Amino acid sequence: MLTIRNLTVKMNEQIILHDFSLTIPEGEIHALMGPNGSGKSTLAYVLAGKPEYEIIDGNILFNGNDILSLTPEERSVRGIFLALQYPTEIPGVGNSYFIKAALNAKLKHEGKQEIDSFEFLNLIKSHLKELNMAESLLHRSINDGFSGGEKKCNEILQLLMLKPRLAILDETDSGLDIDTLKTVSTAVNRLKDPQRSILVITHYQRLLNYIEPDVIHIMIDGKIVLSGDKTLGATLESKGYAGIIEN
Amino acid sequence: MEKSNQSELNSLLEKKYTAGFETNIPSVSVGLGLTEDIIRAISEKKQEPAFLLEWRLKAFRHWLTMKEPHWANIHYPPLNYQSYSYFSAPEDHIVPKSLDEINPELLKTYRKLGIPLEEQKVLAGVAVDAVFDSVSVATTFKEKLAELGIIFCSFSEAAQKHPELIQKYLGTVVPYHDNFFACLNAAVFTDGSFCYIPKGVKCPMELSTYFRINAANTGQFERTLIIAEDESYVSYLEGCTAPIRDKNQLHAAVVELIALDKAEIKYATVQNWYPGDENGQGGIYNFVTKRGLCKGKKSKISWTQVEMGAAITWKYPSVILKGDDSVGEFYSIALTKSHQQADTGTKMIHIGKNTKSTILSKAISAGLGQNSYRGLVQVFPHADNSRNYTQCDSLLIGSLCGAHTFPIIEVSNPSSIVEHEASTSKISDEQLFYCRSRGLNEEEAIALIVNGFCKTILQKLPFEFAVEAKRLLEVSLEGCIA
Repeated sequence: MLTIRNLTVKMNEQIILHDFSLTIPEGEIHALMGPNGSGKSTLAYVLAGKPEYEIIDGNILFNGNDILSLTPEERSVRGIFLALQYPTEIPGVGNSYFIKAALNAKLKHEGKQEIDSFEFLNLIKSHLKELNMAESLLHRSINDGFSGGEKKCNEILQLLMLKPRLAILDETDSGLDIDTLKTVSTAVNRLKDPQRSILVITHYQRLLNYIEPDVIHIMIDGKIVLSGDKTLGATLESKGYAGIIEN
Repeated sequence: MEKSNQSELNSLLEKKYTAGFETNIPSVSVGLGLTEDIIRAISEKKQEPAFLLEWRLKAFRHWLTMKEPHWANIHYPPLNYQSYSYFSAPEDHIVPKSLDEINPELLKTYRKLGIPLEEQKVLAGVAVDAVFDSVSVATTFKEKLAELGIIFCSFSEAAQKHPELIQKYLGTVVPYHDNFFACLNAAVFTDGSFCYIPKGVKCPMELSTYFRINAANTGQFERTLIIAEDESYVSYLEGCTAPIRDKNQLHAAVVELIALDKAEIKYATVQNWYPGDENGQGGIYNFVTKRGLCKGKKSKISWTQVEMGAAITWKYPSVILKGDDSVGEFYSIALTKSHQQADTGTKMIHIGKNTKSTILSKAISAGLGQNSYRGLVQVFPHADNSRNYTQCDSLLIGSLCGAHTFPIIEVSNPSSIVEHEASTSKISDEQLFYCRSRGLNEEEAIALIVNGFCKTILQKLPFEFAVEAKRLLEVSLEGCIA
């Protein structure tokens, strides 16, 4: 599904990802952990195509095709979804209107008809329920005045609506209370599918108790230094990153 | 990636103004320049009553003593008023009795513009008066309106058939000496629309005028007068376009609205004059005086405007709230891009007691566009318990454009309340990326954000007009991110 080969990325004259490689096969959930400033969010942004990063070397293959030359919107309609760590507020633009436009952009790319308004409403309401979100959030401006938790849930709502092939969750768990964390995790687990891959970026083992990864990667200074199965999380919790680097 | 983006943007930028075609109809003009003889010639061609000629001449003599105003936040080289032709009419123009008598070339022009001139479209419920260069070419649906006692016709026709109404109301809201451009208009105005709603009549359809400047070097000076008698209601729509010309064309219109006791007038404009090219060459200079008088008690006047064309816009649709309990509203969207400049806003003059006014202004600037809101809220000493609420929001796209606000508040009554809110925001790279990461391209993302920004105003327009305005906004915004 996703193959990143020897990727080197610069921003503001500083190398952030250095000779970075990662492969996520179809249907797997991978977790990416690492200390602050190790380049996790940069990786997420680079996958989504955020413009201000400079790609020095390497490539990113998504379903076998190099996506580095694609715009963010082209990547999105092809099935790459990034749930942002800090979701952006857009005052004035209705939340459900926005999500519908996003869904229709994807349907259009797939050569399908736009979604019928009633069908859309039924679908989004069922996902709202799944996430314990208030229906009023549909009629408000995108993330405008949302609480931290509501913003994160709104990202997951979009994830559920768009059903991407590759979902990248950038610290979705930070700022969530324990009940919401469980709700969100349950929703993400339900998305597990042999056709879909998920990359979970987190600081905490806690999330991985609810979303069980197939592989955990530890990233330090722009590079993956260690990969292992789900037990790696527990090791990390007890030893810390310093302990892992020593070994 | 850089390169393909750039060429994509270039192709979008090259998208031309879609109303910019020219209609090939021989026209009759009175020659360039402005003299008393020219004014006499215009008046004679239009077979006007003597009082009207006298009024024009008074205006002209006064205009000669006036100076072009330059207090607005707009910049342009001095205008040579002798280089314009002050009257242009399609050659074979006679007042048409039915649509069959209209030059098919003209009908084709209006069809291209999507104006519902033909009977079938008229049945959709819009009565249209179309002004081509200086003369009104058709007023549809007249008979049906006449049954209700509503008069809706060209100004010229009204001057001949209803001189008593013209004489009674002309210049009562915008006197001929009001300002430089209004004074010029009073001297040389060539046509426009006239509308009279009798007592107690609710006009059952939207009345609509389309203005189009076709001939080169022509100034268009139309004059619109709307009178709503006691307890009547009318909703009026105005649309404007012009072909693409290298030279700037002058447009100086005057609109006067009069609402008597408990009458309501809604006046909406979608202004899409040619804005000039991407280098700021050409385009319409739009100097317009629009004012409504809430003369009667509990009367209401509401202005809604979507200003997205013209190289220069100088326009302040205002309401004089004279009757007690009268209501004035001003809802505005102004979009400037490339080299466009807009200085627009309103005046709300509270004279009567318990008068209320609302001002909602949304300005969008892109490219090198400059957008200024200029407003005056004035509360007179006897206007007890009057209220005004003003909200001015500006949205910037890119870093080379500008938004300015010049609000003036003068309150001479202690029981009145005036509120003013303003905000300026910029479409951020983060917002654009967020939309793009959800599959919307740059154009779609900007349109989405701008539409969200304008939503409250677009909702004030009649539905079909709102759809059209939204579409025009989207077209105008294409390629503006460069």
